[in-house]
Amino acid sequence: MSGFDETLLDDADETVRVRFIVNGRKVACEVAPRETLVDCLRNTLELTGTHAGCEMGACGACLVQLDGRAVHSCLMFAVQADGAAINTIEGLTESGVIADLQAEFHRRNALQCGFCTPGMLVNAHELLLQVAQPSREEIRDALSGNYCRCTGYEAIVDAIDAVAKARSEGGGAT
Amino acid sequence: MSAPLTSLDRPNSYIGRSVPRPNAKRLLAGRGRYISDLRLPRMLYAAFLRSPHAHAKIVSINTDEARALEGVHLVAIGADLAKICAPWTGTLDHFKGMTSAPQLPLPLDRVVWAGQAVVAVVAESRAIAEDALELIEVDYEDLLAVVDIDSARDAGGPVINPGSANNTCFRAQLDNGTVDDAFAHAAHVVEEEFSFGRHTAVTLEPRAIVADYDPAAGALTVHHATQTPYQFQDLYSRHYGIPEARVRVIATDIGGSFGMKLHVYHEDMAVVGLSILLGRPVKYVADRIESFVSDIHARDHRVRARMALDAKGEILAMDVLDLTAIGAFSTYPRTSVVEGNQVIRLMGAPYRFKNYRASLEVIFQNKVQTSQYRAVGHPIACAVTERLVDMAAAKVGLDPFAIRAQNFIADDAYPQTSPTGYRFEALSHQASLKRLHELMNYDGLRAEQADLRKRGVYRGIGIAAFVEITNPSPAFYGVGGARISSQDGAILSLTPSGEVRCLISVTEQGQGTEAIINQIVADQLGLGQEHVKVITGDTEVTPHGGATWACRGAGIGGETALQATRLLKRNILEIAALILQEQPSALDIIDGELVDAGTRNQRMPISEIARIAYFRSDTLPPGTQAQLTVSHHFAPQGYPFAFTNGIQGCSLEVDVETGFIKMLKHFIVEDCGRVINPMLVDEQLRGGIVQGLGAALFEECRYSETGQLVNGSLADYLVPMPTEMPDIVIAHVETPTADTVLGAKGVGEAGTAAASACVLNAVNDAIAPFDATINSIPITPVKVLKALKRF
Repeated sequence: MSGFDETLLDDADETVRVRFIVNGRKVACEVAPRETLVDCLRNTLELTGTHAGCEMGACGACLVQLDGRAVHSCLMFAVQADGAAINTIEGLTESGVIADLQAEFHRRNALQCGFCTPGMLVNAHELLLQVAQPSREEIRDALSGNYCRCTGYEAIVDAIDAVAKARSEGGGAT
Repeated sequence: MSAPLTSLDRPNSYIGRSVPRPNAKRLLAGRGRYISDLRLPRMLYAAFLRSPHAHAKIVSINTDEARALEGVHLVAIGADLAKICAPWTGTLDHFKGMTSAPQLPLPLDRVVWAGQAVVAVVAESRAIAEDALELIEVDYEDLLAVVDIDSARDAGGPVINPGSANNTCFRAQLDNGTVDDAFAHAAHVVEEEFSFGRHTAVTLEPRAIVADYDPAAGALTVHHATQTPYQFQDLYSRHYGIPEARVRVIATDIGGSFGMKLHVYHEDMAVVGLSILLGRPVKYVADRIESFVSDIHARDHRVRARMALDAKGEILAMDVLDLTAIGAFSTYPRTSVVEGNQVIRLMGAPYRFKNYRASLEVIFQNKVQTSQYRAVGHPIACAVTERLVDMAAAKVGLDPFAIRAQNFIADDAYPQTSPTGYRFEALSHQASLKRLHELMNYDGLRAEQADLRKRGVYRGIGIAAFVEITNPSPAFYGVGGARISSQDGAILSLTPSGEVRCLISVTEQGQGTEAIINQIVADQLGLGQEHVKVITGDTEVTPHGGATWACRGAGIGGETALQATRLLKRNILEIAALILQEQPSALDIIDGELVDAGTRNQRMPISEIARIAYFRSDTLPPGTQAQLTVSHHFAPQGYPFAFTNGIQGCSLEVDVETGFIKMLKHFIVEDCGRVINPMLVDEQLRGGIVQGLGAALFEECRYSETGQLVNGSLADYLVPMPTEMPDIVIAHVETPTADTVLGAKGVGEAGTAAASACVLNAVNDAIAPFDATINSIPITPVKVLKALKRF
């Protein structure tokens, strides 16, 4: 290809190789330094269960589990996540660790359009790992960064509350 | 109504049962297929340069550098798309005298709001497209901007649309009875001026579209996150001159809509044109700031209203002036005047009085367009009416429950025609009021309120009755010339395995449309729910229909499914009767089995009927042609709308030091006729109420004096979050409509209709000891402190 103007290859075209463990598997990809983790997950890795809602960390739609904690993937560049272990809704579903939460959300219709749901589940999962029996107020407080336009939240609180109780009673988790 | 519709003890009795949505498990597993997830081969990405000015002339646009950027495929300005797209005008014939300027995807020479798309770039990635935007130079010449109702109405002030004498879009008047006489002879008159801020839908998934024009086939496919695929099939066909049969609109999963995603947006029209120009798929997803400056807004009303009463507290008359400021255009194709029209027609709807006068003035201004968003007009009519009723109660010395009990149209007095022209088939205000009184333990709340006031804790109790418009007939849009259907269609097949597939024109946004259609089909045919598959949202597959808006999915779509299922059942029984040598009337279907209608003894599974009809038609009597696919359409007849009613109540606490309002509990008694799935109905009510509470307390699109939206992000525009929202207690009264067999009416907007009115009354109740009043929504802490003269 002759006649290619090398100056057209500006900084935006440069990529960096990053490696993660995503949903239990080693992954390497080339990302632009300005690419956010949510874009990398959704576009490069085709993990579209993680959503971009506000792109400023206010709505919770992009939450993923990164090194064991719920993290806004829209507030992080993909290069910053180099070396991290990341679980998205797809991986959490396949491993079965949130199956009881998903079943309870389904039973109580704690979702409508479903766009906030993966982020809600990631956050609920983290809450129940940290607090075995949260009160309804603690559940609402834990979800204070998860926006849902459809449900009015009550069914989501009910579902998390029910799972917490079932887990504490033992054998409740399915 | 036939009894079996409510009998839950027979097999397959799904109507009236809380069953989870079959399609929700995908969403819980992160397997939703939203348009924002879609990636097609050779797909390109669009981004838009937007106007920084609220009102300006475009002097020149220089796109040379942007065009030269590697990865950019197309830079388009207004003239490029005007060559291929016919302009549109947001007026309807039945709104006499309304005006609006023609619109194009991108403007030719003038911008009329800050945030209006001016130049489109299509590139290999969104990032490259946005890089290119930075290389575009637009030279503007500032014009005076019109940014509020008063300056828009100033004689001699700036006029937004050249050639117009003023900024008026539409005026309407209603005058029934003897209003002046009623006020002249009234014992009491209450009067107030109310303001309602602009707010917007803030769907969690922003608007998203992928247009895919295939020049070889001359065919356009649009993957569009919308409620109304058929409306857009028609519009894309007509505005781009592509035969309707070659336009396909696919609406897959959608991350919230609430009315916002059924309007024509300039960017969406542009994306279709860009795909036509390039012959490749083009994707556009609004980012959050773009959503705030380009999604329709709603409300923005200033209402002056007064109510006349006799000495005993009987309402005699209402007199209303509603001023509402839309954008610089009326929205297409549903217009921006429907909200104002519904405001003046829903005023006073629960009450018996006959003297009513209203003026509506719809005004242009340099902001993004307003149009239909969940509960169109209802929250305004409800808040104005219900606040006046509370003010009247205080003046006459009646309790809020007592004045309503005295003035409601009696439950046994229907049908009724309101002084605003609406015809009510059957409503249940009295029963709902009584039920709410028990539900919220009203006397207990009042006693607690009195106790706490002694300790300096100011709680408020508010109630608000409402009437909701559902199941619209062609009287809504069709009569105005809009090609928006009020009928729905379904195609139902018994598959070779004896299952049922239902293709239906109503669409799913998460409210559970597919679930209730599934329930109705399974119930009416006599089949396990798991054997019914419902398919929606693809104009190539499903029959033409209205789809989903104005709370029509259950009432109209549900009736369509019911009638179609009865036809399919008739056909199945005819074939079964031939095989079993019985009369069709001697047979029935229960749980997928043909049974004797009388004894319920099993005769044969319907899968066997299907097997014989599809594979061994040679064994059927000569001349038999089994029709195991039926198509059926249903258009509502009878009443032009199926009105619903209900009443909400709430308890809240006002911190008189900070102005903060804490919601304690919210209550609703609602009557949507036949309830198909109680859980889904309750979740519609909860979601709707919380949307209304957002409007009541937090949400407002705030503009600077120069017409700049100053809070266009989710950090600055406050939406209701889990911590601030109360639990919501729900009860039902069921008054089915007799216009359909199913008897269902809509429910999606009931929560939003009265939530803000309820809060307005409760806050005023809480601060009554200070002789303070509030008449403006949202009720922010600043407004509370100002009312208390502490700010």
